[in-house]
Amino acid sequence: MLSSYLMVAAILFCIGLYGALVKKNAVIVLLSIELMLNAVNLNLVAFSKYGVVPSLTGQIFTLFTIAVAAAEVAVGIAILIALFRARGTVNVDEYDEMRR
Amino acid sequence: MFNIEWTGEYIAFIVFSAVIISGAVFMINFTKVVHMVVSLAAVFIGIAGMFVLLNAEFLAFVQVLVYAGAVSILMIFGIMMTKHKESETESKRGLHSLLVGIGAVALFGILFYAIRQTEFPQEQPLQAVEDNTLEIGKLLFTGYVVPFEIISVLLTVAFIGSIVLAKKEANE
Repeated sequence: MLSSYLMVAAILFCIGLYGALVKKNAVIVLLSIELMLNAVNLNLVAFSKYGVVPSLTGQIFTLFTIAVAAAEVAVGIAILIALFRARGTVNVDEYDEMRR
Repeated sequence: MFNIEWTGEYIAFIVFSAVIISGAVFMINFTKVVHMVVSLAAVFIGIAGMFVLLNAEFLAFVQVLVYAGAVSILMIFGIMMTKHKESETESKRGLHSLLVGIGAVALFGILFYAIRQTEFPQEQPLQAVEDNTLEIGKLLFTGYVVPFEIISVLLTVAFIGSIVLAKKEANE
């Protein structure tokens, strides 16, 4: 049963990776990163039930991950709004000052 | 390989994984940004269902509250504040998408191989405790009290920081 959960998490992680690298809209890139974080949470909780040493510690870790992810989304959206004000676009291809 | 017994947990697992994976694939394929956020909310709710299957009821509620509630609404606000053209223009970088797709599939292949090869020890799974929330609360306020306080500081800093970042400058 553990490997089934790990497989779903792996599929979710790969879809999130693809979306984060291909999509041009910055909001969707943030959403794809959330997808990858959720895949990791699923792994942690699956190991907390079926792992070698089953314990509640995995669930505590997941709580902390969710809190950090919420903070990350808030800051990410704030940066996105500031960038949109400065540049007038949400296309990640146009945020390229650093390589010019 | 396929001689599995069809327990209730397995059927629920199949249903939730179908919800999760189809939601994620739809998110990649939709063109309107709001539709993408809605299908992502379906993914989050499916993961909450998985948490219930894994005896983590408290985490399931946190997942619904934080992800399906707060994060989705925040994303919709982000879409609202940054006017875009509703639908995403089709990516013209064909080669780039192809290479990224090959990379993602290769990563999945490696993960698949690793998961199939590993011998997971058949230990006794964690028995469902009577009150999951009580146990998590005990653990959080005894063993993990320092990380708990640090995460509260982090949340405060992120909160103030995002207000400062998104605030409109008065003299512009």
